[in-house]
Amino acid sequence: MSSSASGSLALSPASAGQAAPRRSGSNPERAVRARKYGVRTIALGYLALLLLAPVAMIFYRTFEHGMTPVWNAISEPNAQHAFWLSLEIVAISVPLNTIFGIGMALLLERGRFKGKWLLGLLIDLPFAISPVVIGLALVLAYGKTGWLGDWLAENGIQVIFSVPGMVLATAIVSLPFVARETIPVLRELGTDAEQAASTLGASGWQTFWRITLPGIRWGVVYGVVLTTARALGEFGAVSIVSGRIEGETQTLPLFVQARFENFDVTGAYTAAVVLALLAFATLILMNLLTRRTRADTVA
Amino acid sequence: MAIEARNVSKHFGDFAALDDVSVTVADGALMALLGPSGSGKSTLLRIIAGLESPDTGDVVIGGDSVTDTPARKRGVGFVFQHYAPFKHMTVFNNVAFGLSVRKRPKAEIEGRVKELLGLVRLDGLAERYPSQLSGGQLQRMALARALAVQPKVLLLDEPFGALDAQVRGELREWLRRLHEEIHVTTIFVTHDQEEAMEVAEQIVVMNAGKIEQTGTPRELYESPSNEFVMSFIGPVNRIGDAFVRPHDVQILAGDDGSGIEALIKRVVHLGFEVRVELTLPDGREIWAQVTRDEAQELELREGQILTVRLPQPRVFAA
Repeated sequence: MSSSASGSLALSPASAGQAAPRRSGSNPERAVRARKYGVRTIALGYLALLLLAPVAMIFYRTFEHGMTPVWNAISEPNAQHAFWLSLEIVAISVPLNTIFGIGMALLLERGRFKGKWLLGLLIDLPFAISPVVIGLALVLAYGKTGWLGDWLAENGIQVIFSVPGMVLATAIVSLPFVARETIPVLRELGTDAEQAASTLGASGWQTFWRITLPGIRWGVVYGVVLTTARALGEFGAVSIVSGRIEGETQTLPLFVQARFENFDVTGAYTAAVVLALLAFATLILMNLLTRRTRADTVA
Repeated sequence: MAIEARNVSKHFGDFAALDDVSVTVADGALMALLGPSGSGKSTLLRIIAGLESPDTGDVVIGGDSVTDTPARKRGVGFVFQHYAPFKHMTVFNNVAFGLSVRKRPKAEIEGRVKELLGLVRLDGLAERYPSQLSGGQLQRMALARALAVQPKVLLLDEPFGALDAQVRGELREWLRRLHEEIHVTTIFVTHDQEEAMEVAEQIVVMNAGKIEQTGTPRELYESPSNEFVMSFIGPVNRIGDAFVRPHDVQILAGDDGSGIEALIKRVVHLGFEVRVELTLPDGREIWAQVTRDEAQELELREGQILTVRLPQPRVFAA
């Protein structure tokens, strides 16, 4: 079907062009308009089918029986715990990845050293590897029988089946976003302004805070939003590392899955809606932030 | 303060951007580094500023070697080709930047910035952002920003390159006057010989990483030391190995036997100046620069055959 659609799209300007001298002059115009609306319909339809309809269904099913069951589900201690645990993990892993991501972006874009391409490749690795594999790898490295297991046990540090491991897993799967969003902005920014700052007497640190960071802030903000969204929703790696202990190491996504499997659909849907709302809030916050500060610099 | 570059060389990979270059700029002078693109003039300027480090050689400012001093401690004002504005800061904060990283008191900064904005005629624009300024205004903001920290020397990289012709003319004149006013040792880089001659007291002509000649505009024009300088500074006719300035080509009223025949191919009126394009008997083409009055007196027309004299064509040893 897709091949026939693209075929007719490719043909239509040519046929319209041929017909133009004989028929009315508005014909090619109409063809252009038809194509424009056609493309929009396909794009919106695709979005509706894949995203809007399923998300809307979740909302509908959650509030189907009114607010009382939703309130009960939300106020349940295990749900509360999952919610706060998810936020705690985000609150630790996102700042870590932001600092790391900016540093990496600077290193990859401004640095001159051998093996840079390898570092660029390594940064993307978390995107390429399945989160489940990352989770397993963490267990192998930091678990009881793992490579660092003995040393960690001797020092009384528990990584696997507890919060440090979950933060670690979340940080790894959302690692590339800030660096990847910042690098192109950094490239576009160029080095002229930084050099100007240095001739004006600014130290490296002053130049970073006053010139570089404000110049790349949109890339960083966007990276942080993507990192946050990814960290909030992470399931696979955290699922393995956490051990999924209800009320202890259960994050919101894990909670949703557990409830769904135990036929507590209201609990599952409610938690899913909370997750979706958190994601929306992140996006809206970014939008407001971007709009306000952009107005500052332009107007 | 005087600036000196001693035996400076710089390579980018296999490309020799600068090959054993030495330049001296006297205290308070206004000097142009003139050359075609790729001649090494910008690299030399950046090395003086500390934005590049030379492979070999020394940079001396005010008698002290600064070769190992980082850019931020050299006390150099640098104006970038595309001005390098801090886009997220107002004009005021751009100009104040150098003082504010030095943690000067607020009142002092405010006074100094105001004074500088007046000097560069941007008084009413302090609260604007760079995106709201024209090219000429950005240029002046960049200059004010560089001057704010009272640099020992001022370096400008193609300062008028990105501006349109009229603004460029105004700014040249203005830069000259500014220099007379503040007398800071200034070097600017340009590929435009007219600009160099109009603004600078001294010109260093560079080509392919080397210095071809140093001198006043007049010295370079009247006694160029080689072919390159002769053809780079001012218009030139090349006849075999010899060079003749178009205004030295004399169009004779009658034939007294001392000249050669030429056919007028085209007469171009440029206002006061008239450009006469000529074909010589051997097929070579040259042009002569005459005044409007001369052209009128000689009744020059296209297709006319007349006599020209080429006094003292210059020949350079290869």
